[in-house]
Amino acid sequence: MNMIQATNISKRFGNLEVLKNVSLSVAKGEVISIIGPSGSGKSTLLRCLILLEKCDGGRIEIEGIPIEAFDETGRRIPLPHKDVKDGVRKMGMVFQNFHLFPHKTVLENVIEAPIIVNKIPREEAIKEAEELLSKVGLLDKKDAYPSQISGGQKQRVAIARALAMKPDIMLFDEPTSALDPELVGEVLGVIKKLASEHMTMLVVTHEMGFAKEVSDRVVFMDQGEIIEDAPPEKLFNNPDHPRIKAFLEKIL
Amino acid sequence: MSGTLGMIWYIIKGSINTLELYGITIVLSIPLGVLGALGKVSKSKLLSSVIGFYTWIFRGTPLLLQLFFIYFGLPHFLGINLDKFEAASITFVLNYGAYFTEIFRGGIISIDKGQYEAAKVLGMTYSQTMRRIILPQTIRRVLPATSNEAITLVKDTALVAAISMDDLLRNANQIVAREYTIIPFVIAGVIYLLLTSVIVWIFNKLEQKYSIYE
Repeated sequence: MNMIQATNISKRFGNLEVLKNVSLSVAKGEVISIIGPSGSGKSTLLRCLILLEKCDGGRIEIEGIPIEAFDETGRRIPLPHKDVKDGVRKMGMVFQNFHLFPHKTVLENVIEAPIIVNKIPREEAIKEAEELLSKVGLLDKKDAYPSQISGGQKQRVAIARALAMKPDIMLFDEPTSALDPELVGEVLGVIKKLASEHMTMLVVTHEMGFAKEVSDRVVFMDQGEIIEDAPPEKLFNNPDHPRIKAFLEKIL
Repeated sequence: MSGTLGMIWYIIKGSINTLELYGITIVLSIPLGVLGALGKVSKSKLLSSVIGFYTWIFRGTPLLLQLFFIYFGLPHFLGINLDKFEAASITFVLNYGAYFTEIFRGGIISIDKGQYEAAKVLGMTYSQTMRRIILPQTIRRVLPATSNEAITLVKDTALVAAISMDDLLRNANQIVAREYTIIPFVIAGVIYLLLTSVIVWIFNKLEQKYSIYE
């Protein structure tokens, strides 16, 4: 059973088709990088998978639980609310702009959802949060507010916050794109650490070195379609499609 | 001198009514404004338009007219008899509730949509998101506008003289009319300034408290 099974996802914003029958499967423990030019639909795909956007067609299953489905006529099939909720909860997400809660300290950001959503006792949540914060190297910042730490630190807190909900799958939406160049490494370091622990991950990124180094597969998207889905050695060294060659030449 | 002390005492007695009306209005109109704002940003078109109608009426007509309508009009049309204080309280709560509804609505919609998304992917429900994430951030943003309203309210309470309810200014005015001296007006002015200064001070403290995270 795949962790994520997305079949023929389509999505339009008005007249613009941002996703055209995109299919993607992610096996347990796989790290997949999604690359491609801006506006190619990478982020939209990620947002559709976790239902931040409603897609207009296709089917999404998370660990075998359907969370989005359409019938042959293109009508949305109503799914049990609880299944959808359970499916979505198996995923954690990290955003380009962190979206930390500014009125809460670093520690409070991490314990908020475990306490409020999972109803975990506060002491237990704090203990787990402190472990996660030390894992991302920020235990000493636990009482700081987000405004008092750097972008790289914010993103590491955001990763800890997502991990606190014990997701099986992590989605990263351009996690380093809003960072100053010298702060990119510390965030990628944390993601690499997760990869070494066999966390299933889907990473939309512009960091080609990172994609090459940690990914099991690299997915190249352009104009709302997956052009190629291949291991990094293949995609970076010998891509099938000329558009990929052109893209890689431009950015490398 | 005892004459002046007597004046001050009489005006302060009037201020008690003013303060009671002030307290009731603040304590009830702020929660009313929060509920109104939540209703107005909710997905329910019906709720949002009912609240839109309410704020349209209460922001669009003079407070004095509303006071007349509730004190003189309700007994006439609906047979509901209210004493002066009740009529004034209801009018002020509804009027200020309408302004607070719009102020808080503005605060809520100013919060970045990423905050909703972050809360959603963490599994929080809409009401958890509002209570724990959005509203606490809204407080900081609406404090300056709320402070303005809180100060205006001190002075608006003087309108109750129009339904001959005793208050700070009406008592002062009575002495002026009786004794041909404007000293009571000076005293009333000083008391208003004291009250508004306290309010300004409280809001400054609140702003300091809520700006620690910025």
